[in-house]
Amino acid sequence: MTLRELIERPHAWPAEEGGPGVAVSSRVRLARNLAGAAFPGWAGEEERERIWRELRGRLLELPALADSAAAGNAELSEQDRFILFERHLISREHAGKSRGSGIVLRGDERISIMVNEEDHLRMQALCPGLRLREAWQMADAVDSQLDAKVSYAFDARWGYLTACPTNVGTGIRASVMLHLPGLALMEEMEPVVKGVAKLGLAVRGVWGEGTEAHGHLYQISNQMTLGEREEDIVRNLETIVGEIVEHELNARRRLWSQREVVLRDHVGRAAGILTHAHILSSREALDLLSALRLGLEMGIVSRLERRDLLELLLLTQPAHLQMNEGRPLSPFDRDRARAELVRRRLGGVLRLAARGRRKSR
Amino acid sequence: MKCEMCHTNEATVHLTQVVDGAVRKLHLCESCAAESGVDIQNPMSIADLFLGLGPAAAAAREGDAGECPQCHLRRSDFKKTGRLGCPFCYEYYRDDLAPMLKAMHRGDRHIGKKPSGAEAASRNAAALAELRRKLEEAVAAERYEEAARFRDQIRRLSGEADAGSAGKAPAP
Repeated sequence: MTLRELIERPHAWPAEEGGPGVAVSSRVRLARNLAGAAFPGWAGEEERERIWRELRGRLLELPALADSAAAGNAELSEQDRFILFERHLISREHAGKSRGSGIVLRGDERISIMVNEEDHLRMQALCPGLRLREAWQMADAVDSQLDAKVSYAFDARWGYLTACPTNVGTGIRASVMLHLPGLALMEEMEPVVKGVAKLGLAVRGVWGEGTEAHGHLYQISNQMTLGEREEDIVRNLETIVGEIVEHELNARRRLWSQREVVLRDHVGRAAGILTHAHILSSREALDLLSALRLGLEMGIVSRLERRDLLELLLLTQPAHLQMNEGRPLSPFDRDRARAELVRRRLGGVLRLAARGRRKSR
Repeated sequence: MKCEMCHTNEATVHLTQVVDGAVRKLHLCESCAAESGVDIQNPMSIADLFLGLGPAAAAAREGDAGECPQCHLRRSDFKKTGRLGCPFCYEYYRDDLAPMLKAMHRGDRHIGKKPSGAEAASRNAAALAELRRKLEEAVAAERYEEAARFRDQIRRLSGEADAGSAGKAPAP
């Protein structure tokens, strides 16, 4: 299996469990560097290339990465790299890099490793739903196995050394992707963002710049990496996310009891536009698909599954659209192709319940 | 009186230092004093002198114009990008980084996972700290023969630590 084959086949969405569907996915990434070598941003291209070749070989030997594929960034087209970015398997920065950097991806797309992004190694594990501890265990296993083969840059006082001092210590970034349309529609997002920031966590939109969150998708993550054990960082985040999930469910209940018409209008309009539009921007598609997902969770929308919506969310992204069309598209052509794809997928399928029932949790 | 560093030449340079109310005296020959960069105008710790960290060593560090000796990252480079150049930068810019990290994070000491080789390294670090403390004590009590013994042990142990980190596959 090659990385190109993984890119070309449909994204292996990890099956989402029942649950309330507020926490979409959990992810843990570890930053590591090799002892005695310059960090990627400061090293020359030749040194980066040497490190990538070395690490590629060592990583592919690890039991936790059996059934994985690897490719240097330069072996992939820019579109391929952006496909991986849209699947959240690599960062936007990494997608922009070429020779001297690389990617190792496990066949089930649950573990991805960026070599020579900001650090020599960024190893990330992904789980559906709110399963941070499991994601930590997966990342921890890869890290321990690699530890036996290479010498990490480590300081007795400051822990794992990273290019940026904000990641030093554990090098861990735990994050959860949350779908929070209820809080947004009840106009209660602001206090949540502020409260979470006070607890030393960061909230940002998954898509969109700054704090603006398209599709009501937010990512909440730990900021501090030094002076706390990994397990405590993970548990703390999981607890706070659990509380935000409760707030969201509360907001949805109030939405239902206090603003049912607004809610039905919100979902109904989304369904109408998605099934009839001929031009659909990326931003609009995100927002409308988010409304549809809310309708699904609230029992207003039927004959549709979460995974269908997640897939649409992905397939309507620019690089995926262009891969499906097999050619580069102008922004206008992308909007047209996006609308067509959505109409084809949802038209004739979507049903809105006249009198929705509240989904039991 | 013989020089307390080389124990062969006659001591002609006599240093007195008051640290925490205690008077310390050190008697050196001219060449040892010159080698250590003893400068009467420039006070220093006698313990540092013993470890080769006297003014001469400090001057050598200043001499490389404030850039990391391993990767040549300058302080201005770090200020510009917010990124360090290599793991050794953390050692070289330790004094700059310490307050920054303290402000940035929950604590200023790593308490999480450690690499497999770190156990031995941290035992070494603890032993080194203990020896360093004993050295200071010996200097304070003017037991210089003892101090020299601790100094040699510190040198041996630091050498081992360097060799130990090269045990596993080095960075490619």
